[in-house]
Amino acid sequence: MTADAAHIVSSRDDTYLNHTKGLLSWVVTLDHKRIGLMYLLSTALALCLGGVFALLVRTELWGPEENLMSHDVYNQMFTLHGAVMVFLFIIPSIPAAIGNFILPIMLGVKDVAFPRLNLASFYIYVVGAIFLVTSMYLSAIDTGWTFYTPYSSSAQVGSQSAVMSSAMGVFILGFSSIFTGINFIATINTMRPKGMGWFNMPLFLWAVYATSIIQVLATPVLAITLLLLTVERAFGLGIFDPALGGDPVLFQHFFWFYSHPAVYIMVLPAMGVISEVIGTFSRKRIFGYKFIAMSSLAIAFIGFLVWGHHMFTSGQSKLASMVFSGLTYLVAVPSAIKVFNWLTTLYKGSIRLNAPMLYALSFIWLFAIGGLTGMFLGTLAVDVHLHDTYFVVAHFHYVMVGGTVMALFAGLYYWWPKFFGRMYNETIAKVACLLVFIGFNVTFFPQFVMGSQGMPRRYYTYLEQYQPFHQISTVGAYILGFGILMAFAGLILAALKGPKAPDNPWGANTLEWHTSSPPPFDNYASQPEATDPYDYHALVFDEKIGGWVKVEDAPATGGEA
Amino acid sequence: MDAAAHESHDAHGHDHHHDPRLAHHFEDHQHQFDTGKLGIWLFLGQELLFFGGLFCAYSIYRGLHPEVFEEGAKFLNTNLGAVNTVVLLFSSLTAAWSVRAAQLNNKKGLILAIVLTIGCAFGFLGIKYVEYSHKLHEGVFWGQSFHPTREILEEAHVTPGVVPMPAEDGSVDPKAEKIAMLKPNLHTFFSIYFMMTGLHGIHVIAGILVYLWILRRAIRGDFNSEYYGPVDFTALYWHLVDLVWIYLFPLLYLIH
Ligand SMILES: [Cu+2]
Repeated sequence: MTADAAHIVSSRDDTYLNHTKGLLSWVVTLDHKRIGLMYLLSTALALCLGGVFALLVRTELWGPEENLMSHDVYNQMFTLHGAVMVFLFIIPSIPAAIGNFILPIMLGVKDVAFPRLNLASFYIYVVGAIFLVTSMYLSAIDTGWTFYTPYSSSAQVGSQSAVMSSAMGVFILGFSSIFTGINFIATINTMRPKGMGWFNMPLFLWAVYATSIIQVLATPVLAITLLLLTVERAFGLGIFDPALGGDPVLFQHFFWFYSHPAVYIMVLPAMGVISEVIGTFSRKRIFGYKFIAMSSLAIAFIGFLVWGHHMFTSGQSKLASMVFSGLTYLVAVPSAIKVFNWLTTLYKGSIRLNAPMLYALSFIWLFAIGGLTGMFLGTLAVDVHLHDTYFVVAHFHYVMVGGTVMALFAGLYYWWPKFFGRMYNETIAKVACLLVFIGFNVTFFPQFVMGSQGMPRRYYTYLEQYQPFHQISTVGAYILGFGILMAFAGLILAALKGPKAPDNPWGANTLEWHTSSPPPFDNYASQPEATDPYDYHALVFDEKIGGWVKVEDAPATGGEA
Repeated sequence: MDAAAHESHDAHGHDHHHDPRLAHHFEDHQHQFDTGKLGIWLFLGQELLFFGGLFCAYSIYRGLHPEVFEEGAKFLNTNLGAVNTVVLLFSSLTAAWSVRAAQLNNKKGLILAIVLTIGCAFGFLGIKYVEYSHKLHEGVFWGQSFHPTREILEEAHVTPGVVPMPAEDGSVDPKAEKIAMLKPNLHTFFSIYFMMTGLHGIHVIAGILVYLWILRRAIRGDFNSEYYGPVDFTALYWHLVDLVWIYLFPLLYLIH
């Protein structure tokens, strides 16, 4: 191990950040770490852009009448909010940003399987984003992020050019997602280090693996659907347009065949992050490793079979609705398995409440509410009442924002010392976490209440009885927005001015913590042998460097932890 | 991009391999080949689902309105379709042969096989062009643009009353046409026909472009028995393009 240690010391000055310099060295880089950071920057910008749209929508809803914008602009705002958040932010955020950076280092390899494809998928993402954002400029889409036909396909209504360019944008973004998925599956399958069998893999890798399977198998269906929609709009194809004998519900089937599994593209990697963070900050071997690993695959598999629960009120046959409802209950089982295993890991662990852990605990809280309210919506009779109300809006925000955004920040704060070799300020991070948690609940909990009382989603005006709920929700949205800005500020400050971080500040035993922070350009001189990712007793705290080292490398005076 | 690849070599010049075709993060050629192979299979998997959406739309419309598809097939030229099937099958053979030639270090054979494959692909597109142009000339378009001429309706022996027959001067009663459009009819068949064969045609064009690049590398002498991944992967893609047509031909042309 001494040769290894020597390598780390010598490479400390030569990191991936300063290995080459200049803008061009970033633009054409094949290094997975730089590509990951470029993804991080673009998805963070998308989050801010989508957030601005969200605040505009919430501000407009302060009163029942026109406050800020006309009804047409309002329709465009909520559509853009949804489309930007889903396609530009949530889907690529954790897998493409954190995944790109961490996955190869976790495997102890120098890069992902196909580095050129990796860079290509980043630029495909950029081109897709340009299409989507240009549509705003052309006269924004107002179909909602779901592009439902016939409104989106008939040439008489809506804004013709915007639907086409948005649909093409999402089509292009889809291929970025597919290529990332192919890359990650190939990397995990063929490039695992010696000693890392499938069941020695860190759970984050299992989660990313399951995500990639969905990305490769579900996204092409969205691609063909949006291609059909574009051709329909451009040339009057008539597959979905009832005026030409087409079937608009077929579009819904196609769309949700992708978009339900896409929910798991958003949340599975988040769950992977949580599995790492919970184990590390409980200093206890993750409970039920195999169950957590297999539940990722189970979610990926069952997730393909439940799309029909979006069409309970679209005239789907009763039998189909019953089957889809039953399968929807079934998909809750693996999700619950994960939650119970995390809670059991906490039990009798030595818990440290650092910022990543606080975000992870918030994740469990919010995801539990989001998941449970999903059961209400999966119940046929209840769904008829709740369909297309704010209850649905609150439900999926609890899962997507409460889930993914919380896990994104948990992951960013957890791995930030590895990304930049600098520690963040715990106080800023914790206050931001508190603000995000409070702001989130204040925003979305009232939406459950008003939704169950009948407030329909996407409406521009409303009855006065709903005004208090809308106003609380709007206040919450501003708190949430401020919290997210503060969380980003904490990260940026840390990257620029934070104190030097040790190689392993948390005492985690996955491979990425065994290289230096920030990692050298080629990660490792030669591929290291796998460690037991959840054996926390293999590490002791070294006061001198303020971080954790392997027991055998520790100075003799360092006591057993 | 080449600059970046170069850096990585400088960064660990102590690595024992110097073959520029072997990327730095793979152990050896076999490792790189296996990884690439998995990658291309995954890509073909997503291609299957991509076309799968259209096959699904086909099945649903055919299941609900079989008569539309029976009438529609009458417009298609089975002979041209059959010739195209043979052309594509032969090109799959030459594609497989190109892989074998690369494995055997047979540079001449490799180049010949690739040229033959590209030739067949152009042949296929040529025949497709003849089919398309005949239909479009006679007003047989997709969806809302479907305005067939009297001649082609008679030539195809369409069952009377299925679509409004244009008068001798070519004019159609707009009301009758609008009513015919409201439910799935021949215009729907041709939407699906043009969408499926068009998307397949785009895949053929993409295949030609990739094969031209492979041809350039083959002439340069890049491939040998140790390194022939790109030839193999392109051939796999080409087989898939072939396979899709093998399904399209009976589904659209043959089943009555
Ligand atoms: Cu769903």
